[in-house]
Amino acid sequence: MSAQDPGTRGVLDVQGVHKRFGDQHVLRGIDLTVQQHEAVVLIGASGSGKSTLLKTINLLEQVDDGRIMLAGDDITDPRMNVDAVRARIGVVFQHYNLFPHMTVLANVVLAMRKVFGTSRAEAERRGLELLARIGLGDKAGEYPDRLSGGQQQRVAIVRAIATNPELLLLDEITSALDPQLVGEVLDLVSELKTSGSTIVMATHEMSFARRVADRVVYLKDGVIIESGTPEQIFENPQRPETREFLARVGDPFSA
Amino acid sequence: MSEARQSARLQHSGQEFAPSPIELERRGYRRARKRQSILVSIASTLVFAAALVLVLVNSPGWDAVRETFFDPAIAIEAFPRVITGLWLNIQVLFVAAIGVAILGTLLAIARTLKGPVFTPLRLIAAGYTDLFRGIPVLLVLYLVGFGIPGLELTGRLPAQFWGTVALILCYSAYVSEVLRAGIDAVHPSQRLAARSLGLSHAKTLRLVVMPQAVRKVTPALMNDFVSMQKDVGLISVLGAVDAIRAAQIEVASSYNFTPYVLAGLLFVLLSLPFIRLTDWLTARAQRREQIGGVV
Repeated sequence: MSAQDPGTRGVLDVQGVHKRFGDQHVLRGIDLTVQQHEAVVLIGASGSGKSTLLKTINLLEQVDDGRIMLAGDDITDPRMNVDAVRARIGVVFQHYNLFPHMTVLANVVLAMRKVFGTSRAEAERRGLELLARIGLGDKAGEYPDRLSGGQQQRVAIVRAIATNPELLLLDEITSALDPQLVGEVLDLVSELKTSGSTIVMATHEMSFARRVADRVVYLKDGVIIESGTPEQIFENPQRPETREFLARVGDPFSA
Repeated sequence: MSEARQSARLQHSGQEFAPSPIELERRGYRRARKRQSILVSIASTLVFAAALVLVLVNSPGWDAVRETFFDPAIAIEAFPRVITGLWLNIQVLFVAAIGVAILGTLLAIARTLKGPVFTPLRLIAAGYTDLFRGIPVLLVLYLVGFGIPGLELTGRLPAQFWGTVALILCYSAYVSEVLRAGIDAVHPSQRLAARSLGLSHAKTLRLVVMPQAVRKVTPALMNDFVSMQKDVGLISVLGAVDAIRAAQIEVASSYNFTPYVLAGLLFVLLSLPFIRLTDWLTARAQRREQIGGVV
C-alpha cells in the first residue's frame, strides 16, 4: 500500500497511516506529502479524521500502521525522541491553550528558553519583535485572559512559530472565534504562508482554504477522497463525495 | 494522487486490518522495551529489599528488637483483643466521617455565602476553622472528653462518644477548608448557567456547584479521611478500649511491644481499601472529564 515515489519526499511525508480508536477506524491509510513552503489545507466534515491526522503528525496519537517522515526522519519510529520531534513542529489548537499563569511574552518565549536554551535577553528580543509584528507589542506584559479570542489565538500562533519550526500544524484555529475575529487570525496565517512557512491546517473556512492553500485535501471517513489545487477542488471536483460535501457546506463568500 | 490508487485503498479499507512489517517491527520494539523496563524495576526492587533486610538483620541489636517487637506468638495471643478494639475504631470512624461530612459542608457553605446579612455566620465559620485547625487533636480530645462531662449537663456517656465529638470538631474544620477551595474552583460560568435555567441559589449549590467541587477535591478529602482513620486511635487517651488501648493492655501484661506493631499493621490494612478506592475514583473522573489529556 505504501509504495511511495522515492523522489517526492517533502518536509512531511505521511505514508499509509492507519489509526483506530477501539472499533472505530479513524484513519484508513492516509498518504500525504507536503513540500517545503507548501500550505496544505485539510477539509472534511467533523469526524472525518482531520484532527486525528494532525495529532498523529505531532505524535500526540500513536499511529497503528504506516509511517510519518519529517524531513526524512521516521518520526513514528519508537526509538525517536518524542520531545525532540515535537520541538521541530509548531502546533496551534482550536482553544488557543495559552498558559493562563504566564504573561503573553512569557508564553511566547517559554519554548525558546526552556527547550532550546536561548538566553533570556535574546528570547525576549525575538518575542517582542514577533508580538510587535502582529500588533500586540503593547500586550506583552498582559495575562492571556485579558485579551480577546482573536488576540489570544494570534499570540498562540506566535508562540508556535517563535522557535522557527520546520512545520506548522493548525487545527481549526478559527472555530472558537467570533466571525469578526476570524479575519485577523487568518490574515496572520496568510502572512506566514507568504513568508515561506510550511503549513498543514484543518479548517471549516472554505473561502480561506481557497485563498491560502497550495493544495486542498478532502477527507471523508478517514480516507483522502480527493486532493488538488483550490481551483480543482472548488471549481471542478472530480468525485461525487467532494461535490456533495462542498454543496452542503456552501461557501458564503464565493462569487 | 491517482484515482485508481484511491479506489484501491477504499477496497483495502473494507478488508480485515493486517499490520505492515513496519508496524510489526515497531510493536516488537515496544514490547521489548516494556519487558526490559519491567525487568529493571523488578531487579532494582529486589536489590533494594535485600539491602534493607541485610542492614536490619546484621545490626547488633536485631535479635533483641525482633523478640520485643516481632514475636509471632504474642501477636497471635493479642490478636482477638486488638481486633475487638479495632471494631470500636471502625464504629467511631463511621459515625465521625458522617458527622464531619455534614458539619464540614455546612461550614464551607457558610464561608462562601456572599452578602452582608451573612456576615456573622461567615465570621463564626471563619473563627471556628481558624480555632480548630490550630489546636492539636490531642488537646481537643482532653478538653471535650474530660471538660464537657465535667459540666454534668448529661448523664454518663461512654468515652468513645466524646472521642467521636472531638474528632468531628477537629476534622470538619480541615474538611470545610478543602471543600471551600473546591467550591471556589468551580468556574463562575457554571453558576451563571445554572441560575439561567431558573435554579435557585440553594439548588444551584446542591445540584451544580457541590458535585463539581467535591470531584475537584476528592483526593484531598480522601487524604483527610485516611488521616482521620488513624487519628481515631487517639480516643484511647480517654480510656475507650480501642485497638491502641487493647494493645497497650496486652503490652503491659506481656512486657513485649508486638501488640503495638500488630495494631499498627491493622490500621494500615484498614486504610488500604480507601486509598485504592481514591486512586480508582480519581482515575475514573480523569478519564471521563479530561479526554485526550495524556501526552
